[in-house]
Amino acid sequence: MSFDFLWQGFGVALLPQNLLIGLIGCFLGTMIGALPAIGPINGIALLLPIAYTAGLPPESTLILLAGVYYGAEYGGRISSILLNVPGDAGAVMTALDGYPMARRGEATKALAISGISSFIGGILAVVGMTFLAVPLSWLAIKFGPAEYFVLMVFAFATLGSMVGHEPAKTLIGCVLGLMLTTIGLDATSGAYRFTFEQAELHDGIEFIILVIGLFSISEVLLMLEHQLKGTLRPLAVSGAYPSWADIRFIWWPSVRATVIGFVIGVLPGTGASVASAVSYTTEKRLNDKEGTFGTGDMRGLAAPEAANNAAATGAFVPMLTLGVPGSGTTAVMLGALMLYNIQPGPQLFVEQPKLVGGLIASMYVGNLLLLVMNLPLVQLFARVLLMPNWILIPGITALSILGVYSAYASVMSVLIMFGIGVAGYLLRKLGFDMAPIILGFVLGRVMEVNLRNALALSGGDPGILFASPLAIILWIMAGAIVILPWWLRRRARPTAVPAA
Amino acid sequence: MIRSRISATLSSAMLSLAAAALAAGTAAAQPAKTECLAGAKPGGGFDLTCRLAGAALHATKLIKDPMAVSYMEGGVGAVAYNHVVGTRPGDSGLVVAASSGSALLIAQGKFGKHDENAVRWVGALGADFGVIAVAPDSPIKTLKDLVAAYGKDPGAFPIGGGGAVGSQDWMKMALLAKEAKADPKKMRYAALEGGGAVTTALQGGHIKIAAGDASEMIALHEQGKLRILAVMSERRLPGRFKDIPTTFEQGYTIDWPIWRGLYVGPKVSDADYNWWVDTLKKLKDSPEFIKEREARGLFAFDSIGADFEKRVKTDVARFKQLAKEAGL
Repeated sequence: MSFDFLWQGFGVALLPQNLLIGLIGCFLGTMIGALPAIGPINGIALLLPIAYTAGLPPESTLILLAGVYYGAEYGGRISSILLNVPGDAGAVMTALDGYPMARRGEATKALAISGISSFIGGILAVVGMTFLAVPLSWLAIKFGPAEYFVLMVFAFATLGSMVGHEPAKTLIGCVLGLMLTTIGLDATSGAYRFTFEQAELHDGIEFIILVIGLFSISEVLLMLEHQLKGTLRPLAVSGAYPSWADIRFIWWPSVRATVIGFVIGVLPGTGASVASAVSYTTEKRLNDKEGTFGTGDMRGLAAPEAANNAAATGAFVPMLTLGVPGSGTTAVMLGALMLYNIQPGPQLFVEQPKLVGGLIASMYVGNLLLLVMNLPLVQLFARVLLMPNWILIPGITALSILGVYSAYASVMSVLIMFGIGVAGYLLRKLGFDMAPIILGFVLGRVMEVNLRNALALSGGDPGILFASPLAIILWIMAGAIVILPWWLRRRARPTAVPAA
Repeated sequence: MIRSRISATLSSAMLSLAAAALAAGTAAAQPAKTECLAGAKPGGGFDLTCRLAGAALHATKLIKDPMAVSYMEGGVGAVAYNHVVGTRPGDSGLVVAASSGSALLIAQGKFGKHDENAVRWVGALGADFGVIAVAPDSPIKTLKDLVAAYGKDPGAFPIGGGGAVGSQDWMKMALLAKEAKADPKKMRYAALEGGGAVTTALQGGHIKIAAGDASEMIALHEQGKLRILAVMSERRLPGRFKDIPTTFEQGYTIDWPIWRGLYVGPKVSDADYNWWVDTLKKLKDSPEFIKEREARGLFAFDSIGADFEKRVKTDVARFKQLAKEAGL
């Protein structure tokens, strides 16, 4: 395959009109991503008909929509880091280390680090996509229910790293998350589980509602408690940017996370939330020797951010080469292609070099624009923390309600959010972490559905879980991630003197 | 509803932004009076129905201002159904997207306490048709081969569809199993996540038989990535489908149209209901509508007003019967 499409693509992407469109997309995306509950899918659904009626050519429309999409991946982190309120599903893990950094007064640094690691993840994934899109599409085809199930086994194996000082509590949290995923329509039998004849519960608890409840509402309750007790200490905000040493420090974690995120993004059955979760737990498993993850470790912030952006890019691979969307957002974009009568498939790269090339080139340009646009804005965003609590506490509450209500248009969703929030507050008072609950929830559903589908296909024979080479490789990886860190530590202990 | 107001204001703001930025000729946004409610996330079939209606109504100038699209996710339309019946039963500007899938859910009692008589059915905008597909190198070449294979052992090969047991895709396969006097519950059926996952699984060899919709399978059929055994329709479909035999041609009187249409609330006056019916009647033969409909992979499906009311009710009755026969 030649790469003519890329040169043609830069010709398209660098047209002043398309540059401007890309910039608008990136900016809108950042804003949309920053608002809780409202994600890129809502923004894109809103912009698509406008672009279509405005008579934009297909490549410009795609550039606009793609700009919103990865703009949102950058924007989702802002409230995550500053307020512990994830702006979208992929930004949950960002809060784990980003928020403690902000509490330490390093909000500017945290935001800049996440911008830089997002850039690393985004740009490396685009490079990956440029050269590997067509060959990688077989991976999406080869992944059947059995392989997805083993992938989830691998993900749970990385979860071992989340077991902190209180393994029982981590386990309970994880099981709570697993239990919550069983609410709603059982995708295999079509039966409703734990819905109490409420139509609002038929689809189960929305991930983003769970996230906003557990993180932002419980955070608000904690802040209120501290406010009443008078123990809320004012925050300092240092304007310092990360140093080159910091960037070198996060480089390898970001690169590893990019690979994980990109591959998981390419698989149509998993998305950015799984990607950021797995990359975080993998990084913690491999690197958390001093136990600093979760207390504001830059690597714990960089890994999920890089993975999240890489997954967003990876999701384009099955969409363009197979016509199978890798995420909800790319599903809407696929609809856009159909509107323009463009049929996705491997031959798209040959038949529509202007379109595919333009899209890919715009991703290079867009990631650069986002980095340049974000770094100066970071100072501004960080000042949010200097707002007095009588604005901040009601502000977070109002944003949460508004976000959930506008995304799901039901009072029930808002009530569920508050219910979860109160439960989250109590759990936090009891010393539970929120992350295992979220991870159990994210991974549990994919795991259950695929296990049951795999067994349905094999007629109940569990041999299908070990039948393909891919599945066996994944089993080996899952075994390795459990054994390797333990083995490495054992080997290192007798010889190495622990470095400071 | 806050959501629609937000989207309306945002749309108009962005519309003017887009127009200004691109110097593209778009009409000035006027305050929207009509609204189409999609009972799911953006990007699905309900969204497509609403956008088709909105784009065509606007292009033909049958409505003055663009129609706003709002989303209310939950229970594949169940939440929206209950919302319209309970909260906005008399809103004459509100149409809601529905499909044959909604009729199936109503038949299975999954729309809550309301049945098909709880709303006023306005009309269908178009239809897709069920298809059965196999891998290109499959030994099963015709529907007869498939039914014969079912007859031998319904659990011999893995089947995939885009919905749970009891869903439309499952029903399609169950109907064929019934032709072979086989027990549909013995099928090795996997409920995959939507049509895209089904075609990918078929290409990857994870399933041997796929149930799906015509529009999502045709491109892969043309590329030789899979083979459509039959379109589940009484008459041969036009255009790209002109060489693909139907179920009826192969000797099975089974059809599965997936219609997409609209309903309004139960307390909408006869005058307002009739306005919608007349508008759809005017719309259906306009070249603008036909172009928009075909762009979305839908075929003509004539059923508006009283005819559509009847269609929905017959469907619900038929689905109840089917579910009973399939032993659900």
